[in-house]
Amino acid sequence: MTSILGKDLVGLEHLTREQITAILDTAEPFKEVSERAIKKVPALRGKTIVNLFFEASTRTRISFEFAEKRLSADTVNVQSAGSSVSKGETLVDTARNLEAMRIDMVVIRHGSSGAAQFLGDRIRSNVINAGDGKHEHPTQALLDLLTLRDRLGRIEGLKVCIVGDVLHSRVARSNIWGLTRLGAEVAVCGPPTLLPSHVEELGVRVFRRVEEAIEWADALNVLRLQLERMQAGFIPSLREYNRVFGVTTEKLARAPKELLILHPGPMNRGVEIDSDVADGEHSVILPQVTNGVAVRMAVLYLLAGGAPDWAAAGGDAQ
Amino acid sequence: MPIISRLLDAPALGRVLTRMASEIVERTAGHGPVVLVGIQRRGVQLADRLAPLIEAALGEPLRRGVLDITLYRDDLQAIGPRPVVQETRLPPALDGTTVVIVDDVLFTGRTIRAALDEIADFGRPRRVLLAVLVDRGGRELPIAADVTGLTVATTPGDHVKVLVGDLDGEDAVDLVRRSEG
Amino acid sequence: MSLQLFRGGRVIDPSQRLDDVTDLLVRDGRIADTGRDLGNPDGATIVDATGLVIAPGLIDVHVHLREPGQEDRETIATGAASAAAGGFTGICAMPNTDPVIDNQAAVGFVKARGVAAALARVYPIGCISLGQRGEQLAEFGEMVAAGAVAVSDDGHPVMSSQLMRTALEYAKVFGIPVADHCEDTPLAHGGAMHEGIVSTRLGLKGIPAAAEEIHVARDCILAELTGGHIHLCHMSTRGSVELIRRAKEKGLSVTAEAAPHHFTLTHERCEGYDTNAKMNPPLREAEDRDAIRAALADGTIDCIATDHAPHHYDAKEREFDDAPNGIIGLETALSLALRELVAPGLLSLSTLIDRMSCAPARLWHLDGGSLRRGGVADLVLFDPAGSWTVDPARLRSRSRNTPWGGEVLPGVVHATMVGGRTVHQRTP
Repeated sequence: MTSILGKDLVGLEHLTREQITAILDTAEPFKEVSERAIKKVPALRGKTIVNLFFEASTRTRISFEFAEKRLSADTVNVQSAGSSVSKGETLVDTARNLEAMRIDMVVIRHGSSGAAQFLGDRIRSNVINAGDGKHEHPTQALLDLLTLRDRLGRIEGLKVCIVGDVLHSRVARSNIWGLTRLGAEVAVCGPPTLLPSHVEELGVRVFRRVEEAIEWADALNVLRLQLERMQAGFIPSLREYNRVFGVTTEKLARAPKELLILHPGPMNRGVEIDSDVADGEHSVILPQVTNGVAVRMAVLYLLAGGAPDWAAAGGDAQ
Repeated sequence: MPIISRLLDAPALGRVLTRMASEIVERTAGHGPVVLVGIQRRGVQLADRLAPLIEAALGEPLRRGVLDITLYRDDLQAIGPRPVVQETRLPPALDGTTVVIVDDVLFTGRTIRAALDEIADFGRPRRVLLAVLVDRGGRELPIAADVTGLTVATTPGDHVKVLVGDLDGEDAVDLVRRSEG
Repeated sequence: MSLQLFRGGRVIDPSQRLDDVTDLLVRDGRIADTGRDLGNPDGATIVDATGLVIAPGLIDVHVHLREPGQEDRETIATGAASAAAGGFTGICAMPNTDPVIDNQAAVGFVKARGVAAALARVYPIGCISLGQRGEQLAEFGEMVAAGAVAVSDDGHPVMSSQLMRTALEYAKVFGIPVADHCEDTPLAHGGAMHEGIVSTRLGLKGIPAAAEEIHVARDCILAELTGGHIHLCHMSTRGSVELIRRAKEKGLSVTAEAAPHHFTLTHERCEGYDTNAKMNPPLREAEDRDAIRAALADGTIDCIATDHAPHHYDAKEREFDDAPNGIIGLETALSLALRELVAPGLLSLSTLIDRMSCAPARLWHLDGGSLRRGGVADLVLFDPAGSWTVDPARLRSRSRNTPWGGEVLPGVVHATMVGGRTVHQRTP
């Protein structure tokens, strides 16, 4: 018995338009739950969910934790260091231990691309990818889609440009899949050193300069630029990056229309995005966070419709 | 071949609703603010029909709400692929009000139990009343309607179909029985 | 005196331009005669070779035997057994063991273990540099005297062009090839697969083709400068093929090998993060695979070498980034070559035997590679029309890391003989 999303949510690359739309539609009523005085519904009562985070991440973990608790599930947070090699317990063993404890769902964030699928292939519990290496971060893209749909009424035909370090970004990849699947026009913009090879083959346009992107887009999704990229030589300096690719008020002033500004957070104010843009009237950065909890509740709710019933696992498979 | 008997046609349905509206007025008038809450989906349509009838008798507008009980069902773990969750919207400050729940068919009583749990998460009404269009028996919980449109005896294999214009194109109540053999 | 007569097989020996259904006589471990009229000599064991191909035993110049130091994955004995099962009578053992083979005692150790196993011939390869650290030359002379047939720092590239130049010049004294693992480390660093559309979709850091081609170009230029013999390991890109072609046109002493996985698979095999598709150099694009095939056909790439790389199951059962590179290959090489090169008509069976036996022996000055009268009787008997199912658990190698598990492959080795002695016999 599988849910409409299958057993796991590993990414958006292989989801259909109908599946993605179902998640967004399901997130709507969950937004209302978060507005109530008692922010709780019994939908996932009795389910055990483990948040398995191999990479430190306060905001995503907290968002998932709220989503789980508001559905009345029992949550356990497991923080683990680094890769299998460095921590001494392989991901396979971690997976088997979780299964032995009859966990219903695992939310995993890991530094290796493919880790979520690796886990999902090996345990019966539902696995939700909260970010695997540079591969995908599906719930982030889903909340971005929900935010766009809320504010602009549609995704089909929207022009969305992802600005920044696309090469190292799982948020970018998931957004590219989600947006193209729902019929948006997608572009990327950033220094060539930070764009992945063959990126056009994913169905996106490439803008060399952020001014061109601003001229074209209905919305910008601004990615965080990590300090390590400068240290690794991808760009000469953060200051230069801000001058050339940063989303600033001056550059936005020349936009032909009102542009929505998204950012997955946390922001490097003054690097990829200026403070007055981040805090300005076209920024939907805070609504993104609100939508994040609703989207994660929707994903958990949908996946749980089809989770293995451990009590019946010994008997007939239905 | 299922056997379909029409229990109420459109005019009959209209008359039943009129009677139900006056019973609701009778039970609630003079006891403080009333909130009429329809249960998704057809309870909402029926509440929409009752509201103007009640308001006409009361002479003042009625506070309204809609409730989707999907997330409070007691069988969520068993049913598999998730049903779509519709809108839930209740007015703030439920405390001290009389909530009248409106639903189309009362059967096992589990939907109403879920509705009571959900309302409790929003506030503490002074009183909750239940108005249903059809009571088909078969209760599995100690739940009873305060205002009933029509009572009909059914067996477990039967299906009571309530049709409302906005959703189904006509107003009617049908009893669908599976034939023997 | 021992006498064996192989009757009615299709004897293919490119070194003598021989491809005929004929008889073959082996006396005391050496080839005595070939011909239709060898009759029925006294005391000869008759082997009915009808329907089989008899060829000089296959020779693989690039194998990792993991001993000393990593015997849980493979030993010299199990590797030699795996080789024999695949039809190989000679294998060259790369020195990146633990400790590495950078001195005459270590070379002697490998040689002795090979002799003790008494299966496929094991030829040690010594390191180019001490510890494979890329700084100081190892003692080529001492290692050759102890049995080394080539030098290589395989596993690592030789980043210093100065060191590569010195190695090529010094190796000339001993007439041995310098085998280079061509990879520009900073360009390739951290990469887990080929840099292309698949690596972009999977979110894995890619290794561009340029990382290999830069070193291929450098090595060809140094071969010209020094006159030494450079052997390019595991070629994988069409750019590399072009560079080698031009070097050969200039008459430079450049030889090259390619592995079966590079003429069979492409980077799409990495979908789903299958770690049995992770190797270095990585699986490339279809055009690269096609260029490798064409290069084997026209001789730009001289020979097929498996880069047999055993890894323990636990090691491969990991996140893609963390998994080690490489797959085993000795027991599937001939079958894959038959399926991917001979069956589509790219290579004749005779040319294939050249690439898998004659050329390695000739270019690296090894025993075998020919059925010439008086030569060692290193033979393989195989049925090109038969087929077998790859069951990783039943392979002779100690490791199981092959992407072809469960596949039905053509070509069944019936027997492998070294010096007239049977080192592998097919069990039905």
